[in-house]
Amino acid sequence: MKQKFDIITSTCVPLPIENVDTDQIIPARFLKATTREEKFFGDNLFRDWRYNADGTVVEDFVLNDPTYSGCILVAGKNFGSGSSREHAAWAIAGYGFRVVISSFFADIHKNNELNNFVLPVQVSEDFLKELFDSIRQDPKTEVEVDLPRQTVTNKTTGRSEHFDINGYKKHCLMNGLDDIDFLVQNENKTKEWEHGTEVY
Amino acid sequence: MNTLFDKIWDKHVVQVVDDGPTQLYIDRLYCHEVTSPQAFDGMRARGLKCFRPEKIFCMPDHNTPTHDQDKPIEDPVSKAQVDALERNAKEFGLTHYAMNSRDNGIIHVVGPEKGLSLPGMTIVCGDSHTSTHGAMGAVAFGIGTSEVEMVMASQCILQQKPKSMRITINGQLQKGVTAKDVALYLMAQLTTSGATGYFVEYEGDVITSLSMEGRLTLCNLSIEMGARGGFIAPDDVTFNYIKGREYAPKGEAWDKAVAYWRTLKSGDDAVFDKELAFDAADIEPRITYGTNPGMGIGITESIPGTESRALQYMGFQPGQKLLGTKVDYVFLGACTNGRIEDFRAFASVVKGRQKAKDVVAWLVPGSWAVRQQIEDEGLDKVLAEAGFAIRQPGCSACLAMNDDKVPAGKLAVSTSNRNFEGRQGPGSRTILASPLTAAAAAVTGVITDPRELL
Repeated sequence: MKQKFDIITSTCVPLPIENVDTDQIIPARFLKATTREEKFFGDNLFRDWRYNADGTVVEDFVLNDPTYSGCILVAGKNFGSGSSREHAAWAIAGYGFRVVISSFFADIHKNNELNNFVLPVQVSEDFLKELFDSIRQDPKTEVEVDLPRQTVTNKTTGRSEHFDINGYKKHCLMNGLDDIDFLVQNENKTKEWEHGTEVY
Repeated sequence: MNTLFDKIWDKHVVQVVDDGPTQLYIDRLYCHEVTSPQAFDGMRARGLKCFRPEKIFCMPDHNTPTHDQDKPIEDPVSKAQVDALERNAKEFGLTHYAMNSRDNGIIHVVGPEKGLSLPGMTIVCGDSHTSTHGAMGAVAFGIGTSEVEMVMASQCILQQKPKSMRITINGQLQKGVTAKDVALYLMAQLTTSGATGYFVEYEGDVITSLSMEGRLTLCNLSIEMGARGGFIAPDDVTFNYIKGREYAPKGEAWDKAVAYWRTLKSGDDAVFDKELAFDAADIEPRITYGTNPGMGIGITESIPGTESRALQYMGFQPGQKLLGTKVDYVFLGACTNGRIEDFRAFASVVKGRQKAKDVVAWLVPGSWAVRQQIEDEGLDKVLAEAGFAIRQPGCSACLAMNDDKVPAGKLAVSTSNRNFEGRQGPGSRTILASPLTAAAAAVTGVITDPRELL
C-alpha cells in the first residue's frame, strides 16, 4: 500500500458514470471485516455492478472487460460521494489502482484516498471528456501522472494539465510518510495548545 | 471572515503546517464498530496509547439487530465486529456503551442526548453523518479510519480549512412540512455536490423556529449536499435542550458555559465564501425519485428529466407522478429521523388509522432513551393500536448491515438519508421522505400527501 509515489504511466480503466457513491464502490455488507484486508475489499470493489445477485459475472461491466486494464481509474464527476467509509479507498487500492482521475471528488473520500497512497487527480471537464474519448477509441491510451511536477498527460493527444495537491501531502506521498507520524512527533505542540486553552 | 465557523475553527488550531493542512484539536471523538477496528489495529502496530482517552466515546450501532438484543447477535461476522469494539474500548481505556445497555443507540442520537456534544466543540467520528452534531453549534464532521487513528493517537487531525457557506431560509414552513423536507429541498437545489468543499451555517426564521430535533435532522443531511458539515448558532433552544443532561456542565460551570456559548455567532460583518437564500413558502413535503438524495421533487410534482440509469433502477418514467404508487416497506428511524419528535409526528398521522395490510413497517428508535420516552408518552400504545410495533435501537435499515434488509425490487419509503442503489439491501428501491410522509404511506399503502391526513 505505502508505495512511494513518483511518476506513473499506465493504461486506464474508464468509468464514465457521475456521482459514483461509496456504497457502490464497496457495499455496506462488506464493511464487517475487522482488519485491513485489502485483497478482500479489492475483490469486492464495485461488487453489485461487477456481479449479479447470483454471483455470476456482469460481462459488460468495465472491470470484467479484458479490453481495459491499468492502475488508473478514470471516473465521472463527483466521485466518492456519500459515506465516509475508508473501505472504499482500501477497495480501490486493493484492486490495484494507484490513481483516480475525475473532474470532481467528494471531500472525505478524497482524503481517504490520499491517506492510502492512492492519488486523486482532479482535471477539467474538458480534459476528462477528451480522455474518455481517447480511451474509447484506443483502449491502450496511456496517461502519465507526474506527481513531482503535478501534471497529468493524455499520451494519445499530448494534452497536459496541472493538478493541485498541497506541498505537505505531496511530500508524504513521495516519501511514504503518513499523518500519524507527523502528529505524534508534534505532541508537545498539542500539549502547549491544551495548556493555553480552556478545553472541554 | 468573522463567521462562527472561523471562530470555532481558529480557536482549535494547534498549528498550520507549511504549504499544508491545519493541525486541528478535537474535543470529542465518537467510535462505532464499523470504522474503528482498523484504527485500533494501527495504534497497536505503532505501540501507541490513546492520547486523551477521556474524550473518546464508543458504541456499536451499525450492526446491532433491532430485536432480541439481550441474546447474542446471530450473524457471526456482525458479532465479531461488535465484540471487537468492546474489547478495543477496554484495552485503550475508553467509555463504551454496550449493545442493549440503556446508554446505547445510534451515536448521532446518543451524543447530543447525553450532553456529550456541546456548542463550540470540534467533533469527529468515522461516519459522514457526524455533521448531525452541528445542530448543537459545534463544528462536527465525518472522517475516514486513518483519521480516526490520528485522533486516537494525538487528539488532533490534519485538515484543510473548508470554505464557508451561509444558507438562509426565511418565512414560515407550511403545515406538514418538516426539517426533513427542508433538507430534501436544499439537496435538490444544490445537488449532492453543490456544497462540496464548504462548511454550511444555516440561518433564518425557519432555522431558529426549528426544535432541537429538527435542527439535528437538518444538520445530519448537510453531507448529502456534499458539505463537510452544517451547523446552527446555539441559542436558547439549544441551551434548554442541553441543560441537565448527563455530561452538560452543572452549577457555576453551566453559567460560565452559557455565557461563552452566547458569543458563538457569526458577526454582523461576517463574510462567507458563498451565500444562498431560500423562501419557506416554496417548500412542500418532499420525496426522492432517483438514486441519490439530490434527485427529489415536491410530493405533488412529476419526475423531471429524461430516461436515465437512476430511473431505470427505480422503475420510474420521466414525467410520472409518484402519488398513488404502491409501497412495500416503510422505515422510520436512523440518525436522520430516529428521535422522539419523529415518533410523535409518525404517531400523529397513524393515530386512529390502521397500517395498510401489505406494508411491512419498521419503527426503530435512535436510542434506548428515545424508546423509553416513546413509552413514557404512551406513543407505543397509539402505534400498537394502529398496528405498528416499536423495535430496538440501531442504524437498522438505513444501510442494512443487520438483518433489516429491504428485498430486491421492493419499494421502501424511508426516513433515512440515502437512496443509493442497494443501500437498504441489494436491489432495494428507496424513496426518502419525512416521518409524516412515511406514516401516510404506511396507513394508505401508497405514496400519499401527508397534508391530506393531518
